[in-house]
Amino acid sequence: MNLDEYRRTARQWLEANTPAAEGVDGAKRFMAGLYDAGYSGITWPKEWGGQGLGQAEERAFAEVAREFSMPTPIFSIGLGMCGPTLVDRGDDEQRARWIRPLLRGEEIWCQLFSEPGAGSDVASLQTRAVRDGEGWIVNGQKVWTTNAQYADWGLILTRTDIDVPKHKGLTMFVVNMRHPGVTVRPLRDMTGRAHFNEIFFDDVHIPDSDRVGEVNDGWSVAVTTLLHERLSISAGVGMSGDNPTSLEALREVVDTDDPLVRDQLVELYIRSKALQLFNQRLGQETRAGIFPGARGSAAKLLLAELTVFQADLAVNLVGPQALLEDDRLAFAVSWAPGMALGGGTNEIMRGIVGDRVLNLPPEPRVDKTVPFKDLKVGTQA
Amino acid sequence: MNLLLTAEQQELRTAVRSFLAANARPRDGHDPAVYRRLNGELGLAGLLVPEEYGGAGAGYAELAVALEETGAALLPGPYLATVFATIALSLTPDKELLTQIAEGRAVTLAEGPGLTGTYEQVLSGMEAEVLVTRVGDTFYAVELDGPGVSRTAQPALDVTRGYARIELDQPPARELGAAPESGVFDRMAIALAAEQLGVMRASLDAIVAYAKIRAAFGRLIGSYQAVKHKLADMHGKLEQAESIVRYAAWTADNEPGEVARAGMFAQAFVGRACFEVARDHLLLHGGIGFTWEHDAHLYYKRAKADEVLLGPPRVYRARLAQLLEL
Repeated sequence: MNLDEYRRTARQWLEANTPAAEGVDGAKRFMAGLYDAGYSGITWPKEWGGQGLGQAEERAFAEVAREFSMPTPIFSIGLGMCGPTLVDRGDDEQRARWIRPLLRGEEIWCQLFSEPGAGSDVASLQTRAVRDGEGWIVNGQKVWTTNAQYADWGLILTRTDIDVPKHKGLTMFVVNMRHPGVTVRPLRDMTGRAHFNEIFFDDVHIPDSDRVGEVNDGWSVAVTTLLHERLSISAGVGMSGDNPTSLEALREVVDTDDPLVRDQLVELYIRSKALQLFNQRLGQETRAGIFPGARGSAAKLLLAELTVFQADLAVNLVGPQALLEDDRLAFAVSWAPGMALGGGTNEIMRGIVGDRVLNLPPEPRVDKTVPFKDLKVGTQA
Repeated sequence: MNLLLTAEQQELRTAVRSFLAANARPRDGHDPAVYRRLNGELGLAGLLVPEEYGGAGAGYAELAVALEETGAALLPGPYLATVFATIALSLTPDKELLTQIAEGRAVTLAEGPGLTGTYEQVLSGMEAEVLVTRVGDTFYAVELDGPGVSRTAQPALDVTRGYARIELDQPPARELGAAPESGVFDRMAIALAAEQLGVMRASLDAIVAYAKIRAAFGRLIGSYQAVKHKLADMHGKLEQAESIVRYAAWTADNEPGEVARAGMFAQAFVGRACFEVARDHLLLHGGIGFTWEHDAHLYYKRAKADEVLLGPPRVYRARLAQLLEL
């Protein structure tokens, strides 16, 4: 099938099958149909339930899908992070068990890395997994977990050895989110809404067969996951026409006869267009086989700065009416800091660009050789 | 739209880069022998000139590759001035001068009082052999070594590229035909952005290299977040500037209707970003960056000169606002 035909068939399918939002069950029904039609896991390996097709098909489908509002956000963590990690680092039994239901939307996934005491420095996490016969017992707390309230499975990074330096005592598991020892609580963020959860693990049992990678080699597995995360964030540039802080939206509501206003809108155009082109170039490089690697962190940093800048600018241009709670700009300015914090703060991104793109000398560190149990972690009173 | 260099463009870049590494001497001023070889061996001045007039018949994508390298090397002399003249002449009926440019003659383009009077600030006016100027709606070419012309050097901030004051007193002038109504300024803005990209890249490369060898307080300075984070921000500006230059060059080659917007946008972003990166590269060098011997000030000054070369930067922003129909 050539690409035009592929696009046409995909559009036909989406036109016939994209429902209005119908909750989790509706989303699951949609996802099953999407998978059965061959549009979920387009580039994933065939033997684990993917379509085994190329980037060209994936891109063609993504282009078409942009015109539709697919109810797929609750699958995004599984599709963007957990699934790719299992494909890269899981064993065959795990891939056979989890990939197909993930792609078909039968099972929902979440990712459990961050903790109250370990955000930017996630390798200093304190959730413990302790051997218990053939399995493991997990105790601790995770935070910033998207979709945990719906999740069947979670990819969880735990500490399995406190007598070695922090990066060397971590192990990755898949945890059953339906286990009675798992408590999911909505986490109210600064917007007043609960976009995330905090999760408590209380003597949660995990069989050893659900370990991903070797014992105490969890950090290298986590790096795989985080790489997928940053790529999926910077690729999903928040410049949809529906953004109330975009140039298109603002020009309709502000006084463009004022030369100062015009110049501020020009600044917004310049910065948005510059980042859009950078992302486009990264995309073209990826398709040409040049892997952007840590340069994706520069794109993520710029997106965070742009998001904060434009929400701020939008409110200033519009004035006090933007403050009313039901104005979308009030939400935008309240939501914007999340973009500069989630998926790595701006400072962490700058460190990555400096270390891995510019190859600058590393900062001297006190945490690389000290056993974890002797390390200062979290918030010290 | 293609934002990546083709294999041929990468080869061009490698060739120009290695030639300039061996031959560009920013502090020594214009070297006619180097300029001749640049055009003879590499055909740089003829890039935009159609093959039927003796040029390479290449596009802005290739021109941008060349200008990025001449910018990075701070090539002294009339190359950019000649590029500006080439852009104007490409849109003018008479093509003879284009052929001469491809053969290696240096030409400069200036707005002024016509064929009698003083041109106060002509870019590379001491090195150029021909002046292209407009009288009414018509372009004329004046031989700068001929009768009726006197010129004096106008040293400027950018010691690698100066101006001349040129006085004309009814010199012999050849009519080139109707000057284009529009499009020259926009394309000049795009060409300039390509040079600025090179200045930016060379500045960032220089300070990144220095941050890896210079120690202070017992550590290499590149390991300090105060330095590293600033360098990361500079890298972000460079990545965007490169994307913009590729886009603007592609637009000049493929979407004539979008050239004005692309040119104004390119200068509004890249012109400023280039100066900021060159400035911060100088500052991060510390005291050595303030010395005459170190090259940091050459990049800083070229970046400032380029930022205002075609007018105060507000011109680009104001025109962009107009083009966006704000």
